[in-house]
Amino acid sequence: MSVRATARIAAALDSRGTTSLPVLRGDGPLALRRTRNTAGTGSRVTVVGAMSAPLGGDRLALVARVGEGARLTVDAAAATVALPGPAGGSATYDIELDVAERAELRWLPQQLVSAHGSVLRTTTRVRLAATARLVLREEQILGRHAESTGTLVSRLTVHRAGRPLLDQQLAYGPGAPGGWDGAAVLDGHRAAGQLLVVDPAFEEKPPAARLLGETAVLTPLAGPAVLVTAVAPDARPLRRVLDRALDELAGAPVE
Amino acid sequence: MSRAALLVLADGRFPAGGHAHSGGAEPAVAAGRIRDAADLAEFCRGRLHTTGLTAAALAAAAAHGHDPLALDEAADARTPSPALRAVARKLGRQLMRAARATWPGTELTALATARPRGAHQPVVLGLTARSAGLGPEDAAHCAAYETVSGPATAVVRLLSLDPFEATAVLARLAPELDRIAEQAAAAAHGTIDALPAASAPLLDIGAEAHAARPVRLFAS
Repeated sequence: MSVRATARIAAALDSRGTTSLPVLRGDGPLALRRTRNTAGTGSRVTVVGAMSAPLGGDRLALVARVGEGARLTVDAAAATVALPGPAGGSATYDIELDVAERAELRWLPQQLVSAHGSVLRTTTRVRLAATARLVLREEQILGRHAESTGTLVSRLTVHRAGRPLLDQQLAYGPGAPGGWDGAAVLDGHRAAGQLLVVDPAFEEKPPAARLLGETAVLTPLAGPAVLVTAVAPDARPLRRVLDRALDELAGAPVE
Repeated sequence: MSRAALLVLADGRFPAGGHAHSGGAEPAVAAGRIRDAADLAEFCRGRLHTTGLTAAALAAAAAHGHDPLALDEAADARTPSPALRAVARKLGRQLMRAARATWPGTELTALATARPRGAHQPVVLGLTARSAGLGPEDAAHCAAYETVSGPATAVVRLLSLDPFEATAVLARLAPELDRIAEQAAAAAHGTIDALPAASAPLLDIGAEAHAARPVRLFAS
């Protein structure tokens, strides 16, 4: 049986100037735990998978709002594995992130693994206030170990102060438009990832574009933000590249 | 619509500077990712369905009459590589000069005034099509075709590939080109935020690798 679930997180700055979590509500397979923040100030929430998900047919959503001046880190206990459902069909996983003025969100989930036979459409929509800061990592792994990939369509849309900052859609696997594994898109690589850092400080001093190895690049966007785009043979070398960039751009990795 | 106007606009000899660009093929050849006609076909197919669709939709939306400045901003958000943003604006500026001489109009003049250093090429292409009396699907066809004709022509020079083979690659893509143009034209009826944003990681990575290289045959 397919699952419909929406988990919600709200972080707010309380009267003592620390971040509290007025809303922390898991749902279905998306269980949420408040965890100790080892990476500076603010609150930390860890998404703990309570059951196998998403399965074909599931409709999952996660909504996080970070209020004015609050600081929130969201990470995950384990990779998310998209699996085919008993009845087949596609699954959706929609993430909505809102970050208010002077607030910060570090969105650092584990990998999204597209298992053989699965079909998942995922969207991440981010709305940032002009002075908000964001660190966001996404990793797509095509197939579990030595397995052919499922179908994965992933769109990341970021608006800042109401204007578009980044809009990207990746589509891989059987059923994706042709050429996805050719020389323009993945060329046989089975892991792809992005690290986005938005910081008003980049308005004055944006980092210059540069390569981070043969198949990774750091690029300043048209607004105060930097995107690292990387592909790799599998999950581990991808994480290494993104971790190094994260360390340099936005402080130490969480783990 | 005038079929002849479409031929003039889509002609590789239309003086808009596109011949100096390989559409990402040169860095892909340099990295050993394109070695023969089969690799070229997969490269072109991948480019067509990603940045090709995105560019075709922007062009169709401009031809449809969406605000070109908002489309230019949408193009920026869909182009994370600064090297590719610079190329898109440079090609947009060159196309604008040719377009204003060929099919002058107030909308072209207004965009040229608002973006003196060039708007993104697909936006200028769409507005040019509009000025030439062409429709969104025509503009999408032009943009989609450019995303594959540039690499195919470049690879003939880069790999000394048989030009007949390169043209056969393009001919075999024709049904997919038609579908992309249709899809892009359909998207042009929606909002700008909902336009396709299909992207290709290796094109972005390759574009920056290429820009950093001191010696190269093509500008991008």
